Amino acid sequence: MVTCYNIITIAVNECRTQKLVEYFKAQMRKNPDMASAVAAIRTLLEFLKRDKGETILGLRENLTWATDCLTGVDSSVAVSSGGELFLRFISLTSLEHQVCCLLPWEGVCDLTLAIANLCFSVFQDLSRCKKVMEERGELFLEKISMSRTKVAKLCHTFIKDGTKILTHSYSRVVLRVLEKAAAEKKRFSVYVTESQPDSAGRQMAEALRKLNVPVTVVLDAAVGYVLEKVDLVIIGAEGVVESGLYHKIGTYQMAVCSKAHNKPFYVVAESFKFVRLYPLNQQDVPDKFKYKADTLKTVQNLSEEHPMIDYTPPSLITLLFTDLGVLTPSAVSDELIKLYL
Amino acid sequence: MRSHHHHFAVSTDGPDKNDDVERAKCEGKEMTKEEKQRLRKEKKQQKKSKEKKDDAASQESEKGKKSDGKSSPASQPLPKPTTQKAPSAVPAPAPFPMPASEAPAPADKPAKSKAELKAERRARQEADRASKQGSKKGEVGPQASAGKPKAPPSELQPVVKRLPEHMQVDNPDVLKKLAKKLERQQIPLRLDYGYKVSLFSHLHQYSRKAPLTQQLSIPSTVIHPAIVRLGLQYSQGIVAGSNARSVALLHAFKQVISDYTTPPNEELSRDLVNKLKPYISFLNQCRPLSASMGNAIKYIKKEISNIPSQCKEEEAKRKLLNCIECYINEKIILAAKAIAKYSIEKISDGDVILVYGCSSLVNHILCEAFEKAIKFHVIVVDSRPRLEGREALRRLVQRGISCTYVLISAVSYILPEVSKVFLGAHALLANGYVMSRVGTSQIALVAKAFNVPVLVCCETYKFCDRVQTDSFVSNELDDPDDLIVTRKGKTQLEDWQQVDSLGLLNLVYDVTPPDFVDLVITDLGMIPCTSVPVVLRVKNVDQ
Repeated sequence: MVTCYNIITIAVNECRTQKLVEYFKAQMRKNPDMASAVAAIRTLLEFLKRDKGETILGLRENLTWATDCLTGVDSSVAVSSGGELFLRFISLTSLEHQVCCLLPWEGVCDLTLAIANLCFSVFQDLSRCKKVMEERGELFLEKISMSRTKVAKLCHTFIKDGTKILTHSYSRVVLRVLEKAAAEKKRFSVYVTESQPDSAGRQMAEALRKLNVPVTVVLDAAVGYVLEKVDLVIIGAEGVVESGLYHKIGTYQMAVCSKAHNKPFYVVAESFKFVRLYPLNQQDVPDKFKYKADTLKTVQNLSEEHPMIDYTPPSLITLLFTDLGVLTPSAVSDELIKLYL
Repeated sequence: MRSHHHHFAVSTDGPDKNDDVERAKCEGKEMTKEEKQRLRKEKKQQKKSKEKKDDAASQESEKGKKSDGKSSPASQPLPKPTTQKAPSAVPAPAPFPMPASEAPAPADKPAKSKAELKAERRARQEADRASKQGSKKGEVGPQASAGKPKAPPSELQPVVKRLPEHMQVDNPDVLKKLAKKLERQQIPLRLDYGYKVSLFSHLHQYSRKAPLTQQLSIPSTVIHPAIVRLGLQYSQGIVAGSNARSVALLHAFKQVISDYTTPPNEELSRDLVNKLKPYISFLNQCRPLSASMGNAIKYIKKEISNIPSQCKEEEAKRKLLNCIECYINEKIILAAKAIAKYSIEKISDGDVILVYGCSSLVNHILCEAFEKAIKFHVIVVDSRPRLEGREALRRLVQRGISCTYVLISAVSYILPEVSKVFLGAHALLANGYVMSRVGTSQIALVAKAFNVPVLVCCETYKFCDRVQTDSFVSNELDDPDDLIVTRKGKTQLEDWQQVDSLGLLNLVYDVTPPDFVDLVITDLGMIPCTSVPVVLRVKNVDQ
C-alpha cells in the first residue's frame, strides 16, 4: 500500500513538474529578452493561481517546491533569489509593519508562515488570502519588469561622448544600458570579450551591431592588452552577494586588471538578483551555481567540468547600478538587510 | 606660610588690609572685580607655590566678605586642615570627611557665577580653600599622575557639565569632578600607579596589588557585598573575558535586586536606579566597564524605569529577575548557538583555522564544528603577558581537536598554511572598527597581506555607538608590573620605577579597521563590517 502511494505521489509530482517546466520554457520562448528570473516569477504566479491547496502551510510548501524545481531547470542565481524574494513579497502584507522584528535567516520562513496565518485569520478565508497574495505577486512582477529601464536610466549618464567601453559576455541589462545611451545620441565604441566556453560574446556583438555601435570582439586572453585603450568597464551580474558579485567566468580577472589600470569597474544588476550569500573566495561558490543544471545531473566527477561562474570581491568593484539606486559595494549589504528583514 | 607674601603686589600688611576692607565695604562690586583681575594677573605672572595660593585665598577671604567678622574665622580654619593633612600621607577615608564640605563648592561656584555677586564671592572663597587643600593633598600623596599642582579653577572658567565619554585622567578638572562624584556616592577613589607613557597618560593605570576593597571601610553599607566581591574579581583578573564579565555582572545585579527593599515614600523604579549608580561607579573604579557591560546596564536601567508605579514590589522584583534571565539567555547563550550555526557553514573539511587568545565564542564554535565531524586543524596564537591562548588550548585539546600553539611573533611564519582566521571581539564600533584584545589588529593585518580571510564573531549586544579610529583615544592600561618576568632567577625589570626615562606599557585592547575584516558573524547572520550601523539602527527601531 505504502509503495503504491509513493508511486502515485511520484507520478503526480512528475506531472506537476513537467507542467511547471513547460510553462517556464514557454515564457522564456515567448519573450527571449526577459530575464530568466522574471520568467520564473511569472511561472510561480501562475502556479499560485492554479494551486488547489487548502492550507497556508500546503501553499507555502508547494511554492517552495516549485522554486526548487525551477532552479533545477535553470541553475542561475537570479532564479533562486528571484523565487525567494517573490515568496517573501507576497507573504509580507501590510500587517508586517506592526509585526516586524529582527530574525535570523532561518526564522524568516516562520515569519512568512506567521504572517500568512495572521493574514488568513484576518481575512477568514483562504481564497481571499490567496487573492491578496496574487495581487501582490502581480505588483511584484510589474515592479521588476520596470527594473531594467530604471537601471538603464541611471547608468547611461556615465557614458559620455567618445567613451570606449569594455564588457564581458552577453548581458541583457548591459545591452539595455547601451541601447539607452545610443538612443541619447552618444557616440561610443565597445569591446566585447568572446567569453568562452559558449561564445556568448559574439551574440552581444551582433546585437550591438544592430544598434550601429562600433564593436570589436576580443579574446578572453586579450583583456589586459585592451584595457589601456578603454575608459570604463561595464558588466552585468548573475547574482549580487553581500560580499561581491557572481558573473560569467572571466569577470574576476577583468576586475583585477581594471583595478591595476585604475579604470572604473561598473556593475549593472536588477534588485531581484540580490541574494544573502557570503562567499569568501572562489572555493565558496556553491556548485549549483557554478555549473549548468544538466551538467550537475549528468556528470559524475565535477572536477573535470569547467565552472561557468566566478566570484569577484567588492574591493575591485567601483559602483553598482541597480533599480534601488547607485550603490557602493558596501551599501549592497545594507540594502540586502532591508530587503530580507 | 605667610612668609612669602612679600612677593605680592597687593600687600597683606595690617594697615593696608584694613584700608582694603573698608574700601570693600564702600565700593562693593567694583572692588571685587578689580581683585579678580588682579588675582588673575598674579596667577599668570608667577608660578605659584602652595603657600602663595594660601595667601591669595586668605587675602580674598578677608577682603571678599562684606562683614568683618567673617573674615577672621575664615582665615582660622585654613591652617588647621593643612596640619591635619600632613600626617595622612597615604590616601585614607580620613581626609574625605574634610573635603566633603568643600567639594561641592567648585561645582556650585561656576554655576552661581552668573548669579548674585555675594554668593559668587563666598563660593570663590570656598573654592580657593578647597583648591589649596587639594594641592596640599597632591603634594603629600604618592607620586602619581596628579603630581601636577592643581590650579584653582578660575572663577569665570565654565565647568564641564558632565564627564566626557573618553577618559581624561591628566586633566585635573575632570579628576576633581570624578573625585567629587565618587565621594558623594561614598566610594573610594582608586589612585593611579607608576609612570605612564605620555601617549596614554589620559588613561587610568592601576596596580593589582592595591585593590579598591582595601580602601573600603568595614562594614560598607553603601555597596552590596555581591558587588564588592564582583569588583574584586574584576580587578584581580579572576573574571576576565567580555561575556564572562557581563554574565557575572548580571548575576550580581540579580542578587542586588532580590535583596532590595523599597524604602517608604519611594518608588521602586526610581530608587533602584539610584541605588545602582554607586555600584556601577565602584565597578568602574575596580576595572573600567566594557562595552558589553555598558549595554547590559543600559538595558537593566531601562527595564527598571519601565516598571509601572502601581506594581507591587514582589511582582516588580520577579519581573526584573525574569528580564535579566531572558537577556542572558537571548543575547548570550542563544546568540552563541546561532553564531555557531552560521560559522559552521564556513568551516569545511581540511581547513586550518587560526585563533588568537581565548574567546569563549570562538571556542564554542570550534567545539560545535568538531562535534559535527568536520575535520579541521587549529592554530592557537598567544601573546604575553596574559597568555590567554593557553586556556583556549586547554579547552580545545580536551575536546580532542588537533591544535598547534605559537606565539604572536611567529604569525607570519605559519600564515601561509592557514586557510581562515577566526577572531573574537570585545566590541564592534559604529564605524565598523573591531575592538578586541591587543594583538588582534596585528593578526588581521598580516592575514590580509597573505590574502587569508578574516572572520570576526560577535554577538549583537556588543555593538556600541562609539566611533573610534585608533587605539589611543580610549583604551585600558593594565598593571605595568605584569611585564616583569623572572627567568633563570634573574628579574630584569624589577626596578623599573627607579629609572626615570623608562615606562612600561601594558595595553589591553586595540582597534582593527574594517578593511582587514572580511566577514562579521552575528546572531543576525553574516554581515560585512560596514553594516554595523544598519544593525544598530534597526535594533534601536525595535526598542
